[in-house]
Amino acid sequence: MSTSTPGAPEAGAAVQDSTEDLSAGLGTVPVNDLPPDSMKLGFVGWSRWMWRQLTSMRTALLLLFLLAVASIPGSVLPQRPVDPARVTQYLSDNPGVGGVFDRLGFFDVFTAPWYVAIYLLLVISLAGCIVPRTRLHWKAMRAQPPRAPSRLKRLPEYESWEVSSDGAGQQTLDDTAALLRKRRWRVRTQEFDGTSGWVSAEKGYLRETGNLLFHISLLGLLLGVAIGGMFGWRGQALVIEGESFSDTITQYDTFSAGNLVDSADLPPFSFTLNDFRSGFQAGGEQEGAARLFEADVTYRSQPGAEPEEKTVEVNDPLVVDGAKAYLVGHGYAPVIQVKNAQGQVIYDAPTVFLPIDGNFTSNGVVKMPDNDPQLALQGIFAPTAALDDQRGPHSTFPAADDPAVFFSAWKGNLGLDDGIPQSVYKLDTSELEQIGIKGLRPGESWTLPDGSGTVSFTGIKQYAVFDVAYDPGKLFALVASILAILGLMLSLFIPRRRVWVKVSAAADGTSSSTVEVAGLSRTDEAGLKPAVADLATDVRAIAPPATTPTPGDPTDPDGKAH
Amino acid sequence: MTVNESLAQLSNGMVYTSMVVYAGSFLGFAASFANGRGQQDESEAARGSVASTKRNTVDVTNAASVSGAGATATLTKTDPDDEAPLPPGRRAGNIAMSLMWLATGFLLISVIARGFSAGRAPWGNMYEFSLAAALATAIVFLILSIKHDLRWLGVFVVGAILLTLGAAVTILYTESAQLVPALKSVWLVIHVLAAIICGGAFTIGAAVTGLYLVRDRAEIRAAKRGDGSPVDGWLASRVPAAERLDTMAYRINAFVFPLWTFAVIAGAIWAEAAWGRYWGWDPKETWAFITWVIYAGYLHARATAGWRGRKAAVICLVGYLAFLINYFGVNFFASGLHSYAGLN
Repeated sequence: MSTSTPGAPEAGAAVQDSTEDLSAGLGTVPVNDLPPDSMKLGFVGWSRWMWRQLTSMRTALLLLFLLAVASIPGSVLPQRPVDPARVTQYLSDNPGVGGVFDRLGFFDVFTAPWYVAIYLLLVISLAGCIVPRTRLHWKAMRAQPPRAPSRLKRLPEYESWEVSSDGAGQQTLDDTAALLRKRRWRVRTQEFDGTSGWVSAEKGYLRETGNLLFHISLLGLLLGVAIGGMFGWRGQALVIEGESFSDTITQYDTFSAGNLVDSADLPPFSFTLNDFRSGFQAGGEQEGAARLFEADVTYRSQPGAEPEEKTVEVNDPLVVDGAKAYLVGHGYAPVIQVKNAQGQVIYDAPTVFLPIDGNFTSNGVVKMPDNDPQLALQGIFAPTAALDDQRGPHSTFPAADDPAVFFSAWKGNLGLDDGIPQSVYKLDTSELEQIGIKGLRPGESWTLPDGSGTVSFTGIKQYAVFDVAYDPGKLFALVASILAILGLMLSLFIPRRRVWVKVSAAADGTSSSTVEVAGLSRTDEAGLKPAVADLATDVRAIAPPATTPTPGDPTDPDGKAH
Repeated sequence: MTVNESLAQLSNGMVYTSMVVYAGSFLGFAASFANGRGQQDESEAARGSVASTKRNTVDVTNAASVSGAGATATLTKTDPDDEAPLPPGRRAGNIAMSLMWLATGFLLISVIARGFSAGRAPWGNMYEFSLAAALATAIVFLILSIKHDLRWLGVFVVGAILLTLGAAVTILYTESAQLVPALKSVWLVIHVLAAIICGGAFTIGAAVTGLYLVRDRAEIRAAKRGDGSPVDGWLASRVPAAERLDTMAYRINAFVFPLWTFAVIAGAIWAEAAWGRYWGWDPKETWAFITWVIYAGYLHARATAGWRGRKAAVICLVGYLAFLINYFGVNFFASGLHSYAGLN
């Protein structure tokens, strides 16, 4: 992004017509060459021209808008990395246009080649701007302020007055220079040679420093993102109350990692979910809205380490060994026991049911492939159970106030022997025969109608879903972001100004001389006028006007009386 | 902790009270604006003449001292506000300004009462966010109006505030309640407050930019006529010169941009604490990014020859549109993690 400080039009434009370019060097915008007017430039010439085009402000602007427009599909269409199920749903709902979108990468916009191309070009444009501007700024910071222009009167802010000759000369210049230096201006003086002399001062170099800092920090931010992408990993795990999780890849339901991560070498922490508490709004307009989620865990940073306690909340993750475990979801796991026809227990476990609505009506499946015949249960769990003709069994409140499981029992072939992987949450009923249906409350049992066994609903546990993430780039990204804001504020709020104070002896040889004060700002900031006025007041104290203020002078309070 | 119902009711009552007073303020500003044809140009001219008077006076002083004769210059400072009869609409504008302070006081009480009724930051859902955004718009405007004469802008700002409050009490209303666990964080105060202040300032920046475009076109028309006749057009003849509007819009937007950057980064820090990643291209995040990129484009455009002026202004308005889409559109139409609107 080859640019001057964003935003401010250059006030120098006002005086650009004058013979001297007084604002030269106030900004460090590289001058763009015109496109080549000849085909004889050759490869180097054309490359240089293309480079200049790429790093020009106009191209940077265009790329910025392309980036904005290209981001839109990512917010309108479902995205694979965020919600792959909704992408599948979208594709089956819109087979025609969905296929086209898919080929264009619209379901994973932010890693699509065209999106990456846009921001890589922006990065190149940015780098191509930062390097030369840093060089120019470095020079500018060590250069002297420019000479005073011959006619200060042309500048946007200007004041002058007459002093008696013994009142203004080298001493005036020295005092003014000392004053400006004390106020942290960079000062250059031209000695009074009998006819004239001046002080030139400049301030506000931090503006461009901030501008460069902002743009460099953006590159740093991208670097932080890239580090996280290469060395970071994240996974999701579901843990039932009373059960444990240890940080190995097999324990995750989903896991993704950067290219440079050795998945066999995750930090060896583990934790046990002791208790999960949830609370919901009872009554009122927002009935059922979540009010409390707390997960009490006991964790060890490595096997054999001292166990430690922690209550994980939504905004308060478990931090262990560089990784963080976030509480991102929860649900119910009814404890189900099944005995076969002989009375042997063939299944006895808390079983994860996945919520399908905000009141935690949940679906779950139990498969018993080792029984003969194979048995299966489909269940609908409702923490606060209700039954009606339209919706069937469902829940009316997310808390387990009046829980029930509505079972449907099946026997036959589960289809697990074909070698095709099945979801543990779904039942393929194509080769199964339904035995019966029954709703159970906690503690109740159901003897299957065909005598193939007994189903008991013995209790309820909750489960919590944890996202475990490790991102070594995020501190880098945070520091870069903070520096970017700092740089941005400097580049927008620090004014870059030049002022001149000039003393000239009267041309006619009379015993008086003129003091002139003038100022110029790179930006059209409102502060220049008062700043120059204040400086003029201070210089008047050094070199007072020769006569008392004439009636009519606006500084004279009695002026109106005349 | 339960909700304090009487404070919640006080809050609701204060919203309606403030709307009534804002409506009065709106009428006052409208009357002031309708009568204000050419006034901004006149005051501009007055400012210019004061400046040149000053310059002349200094020169005369110099001349006098050079001649040493102590000539009595009789140039006197002319104060445009001195003892002259009030220009038409001025009184209505002053009344409107006072009513706006009053109405903003009521709205402030409403927002504070809402916060205390639930014992938390008063911007936990879209209704509360809208009240706070209207309040922020009013406060930004009133603060600016202390140093600058902004009576010409009042009708637009109060109009936007009334629209926001109207939408809040009709479409977005939500009972005072506790927060969902995801919002229980110190970042709710920091991130959302920053976003709210940005909303207020972006709104005023966009209003000024829109007026700039109207005025600028009228000035181009006037220049084409070339007969020195004043700027015409009902709107254009009642607002300050295009250059002043442009500068004002730039200053507001240049103030907001770092704050918006901060709001986005604070959001990222919160996202890291709540969801385990600082950026995940959630629709809200995506549109915050789009808004940021467009306003960044605006600031760059202002520094680029050929883009300064009208083109930059259009980019600013597009940026404001992206902000509105992020605020309204994403909550209503996109499903994402920022589902806090309290809407069903």
